[in-house]
Amino acid sequence: MYVAVKGGEQAIANAHRWLADRRRGNRERAELEVEQIGDQLRLAVDRVMSEASLYDPELAALAFKQASGDLTEAVFLLRAYRTTLPRLAVSEPLDTANMRIERRISATYKDIPGGQILGPTYDYTHRLLDFLQLAGAEVPPAESRDDVTEAEPCPQILELLNDEGLVEQELDDGSEPADITRDPPDYPMDRAARLQMLARGDEGYLLALGYSTQRGYGRNHPFAGEIRLGQVEVEIHVDEWDETICVGEIALSECQLINQFGGSREAAPQFTRGYGLAFGHNERKTMAMALVDRALRAEELGEPIVGPAQQAEFVLAHADSVDASGFVSHLKLPHYVDFQSELDLLRRLRREHAQNTSFGQSESHGNPATEEETSARKSGQGKHDREGGVHGL
Amino acid sequence: MSDTSRGARQRLLALSTRERIEACWSTLGELPRHRCVRGPETGMAMLRGRMGGTGRAFHLGEMTLTRASVALDDGTLGHGWVRGRDHRHAELIALCDALAQHTEWQPRLERDVLAPLAEELTARQRRDAATAAATRVDFFTLVRGE
Repeated sequence: MYVAVKGGEQAIANAHRWLADRRRGNRERAELEVEQIGDQLRLAVDRVMSEASLYDPELAALAFKQASGDLTEAVFLLRAYRTTLPRLAVSEPLDTANMRIERRISATYKDIPGGQILGPTYDYTHRLLDFLQLAGAEVPPAESRDDVTEAEPCPQILELLNDEGLVEQELDDGSEPADITRDPPDYPMDRAARLQMLARGDEGYLLALGYSTQRGYGRNHPFAGEIRLGQVEVEIHVDEWDETICVGEIALSECQLINQFGGSREAAPQFTRGYGLAFGHNERKTMAMALVDRALRAEELGEPIVGPAQQAEFVLAHADSVDASGFVSHLKLPHYVDFQSELDLLRRLRREHAQNTSFGQSESHGNPATEEETSARKSGQGKHDREGGVHGL
Repeated sequence: MSDTSRGARQRLLALSTRERIEACWSTLGELPRHRCVRGPETGMAMLRGRMGGTGRAFHLGEMTLTRASVALDDGTLGHGWVRGRDHRHAELIALCDALAQHTEWQPRLERDVLAPLAEELTARQRRDAATAAATRVDFFTLVRGE
């Protein structure tokens, strides 16, 4: 017999009201404005946009506020909102070579055309807590160079190596990329789909996997060929005019890794590459993404698969924080009936175990019904794999 | 503004803020009446990147996008697209597009709206470039011995 139970409506309503009250905090202080979050906590906003896979700073800031600063919850909110909008266009591939540079560094060449531009970075800060900020000290405006009227062109560093043939070239064969939001991911997955999944992947997860490759689990010895942050114009093709038009610009971070050689009897040894690209200022994310992208190319490059970061299905199926937190969180939902059946089974097993022990060891394998139950329980793990699929947004 | 093509105008207006367009727009005075024939409506554009910056395309993620189409009283159509969810911004771009097709309006639009916005855009980009340039590293070599 199946018994449906219902209840908790008032408790839920009051819980949400308490949550809203907590979020609002001390009423004697001004309420945090969404605009302030977008302005002063922009790295959090960038991370939310990146992992939600939707570029909209205002909505990401709203999600961050609504989630009381819980980034995973904010990503979930924005990702859910994304499903309510129709797709009006597909952009031309973003031209990162024409980025309006805010930061651009290379760890492989000191002197590069356009120079090493540090931008607004936390690098070289001493990681000492700044008590002046606690005291609300005035912040001086950014320095600028009066003699500069035009941004110097900053060509992609890896293209310089291309001239000598020392690094593998990335060429466009014009193929139509897969889209994991339209077609369910399938393994083995091609690099375009992998990059799409990595771009929305959880930063902490990708960072850990990237780190694991550096520590020897699928080592591929990377150099940071170039990292750039800045504004890139977005162009779409419109039927009304039959031309490509600019609809605005977005902040992007890009990381180009140069990795150790591949080569064969036919092809001379060359540096290989890993690539990371993300919305906003998301440098660490793009570095982690590039490390993992390169690790996932192991099979294509004929490398032995020895580390977790090289196993595409493992890496990609667990990279999305919305999927992951959804399935982990579902453990909080009522499992009263599930658990009751486990209790019944456990009690029976213990009863039989007690009986068998009292009859002596020779009888211990003698109960076919119990074996059936136990193996059913073991294979029950498969149920969770299937359940996991439905959480994908 | 040197380039007065439709695409260049759309780009300029998409890169300007709605507040600034609105301010310039209000100086035009009495305008032909218009109605919206499509939208303004907000949806998304799927953004593509390239592997390694130059290679095969892949899907990076989406961004919000708003479009609008307007018709002036005489039937002239104008279109506008802009990143984000600002309906008025898209509508203003579409209005400029429609107005620019009128020989009597085009010069005033150019002088009172597009030229000042172009100047502001250039100034803003120069300022950004000058700020970035202040963080460019000047290497110097330490000579050991004499």
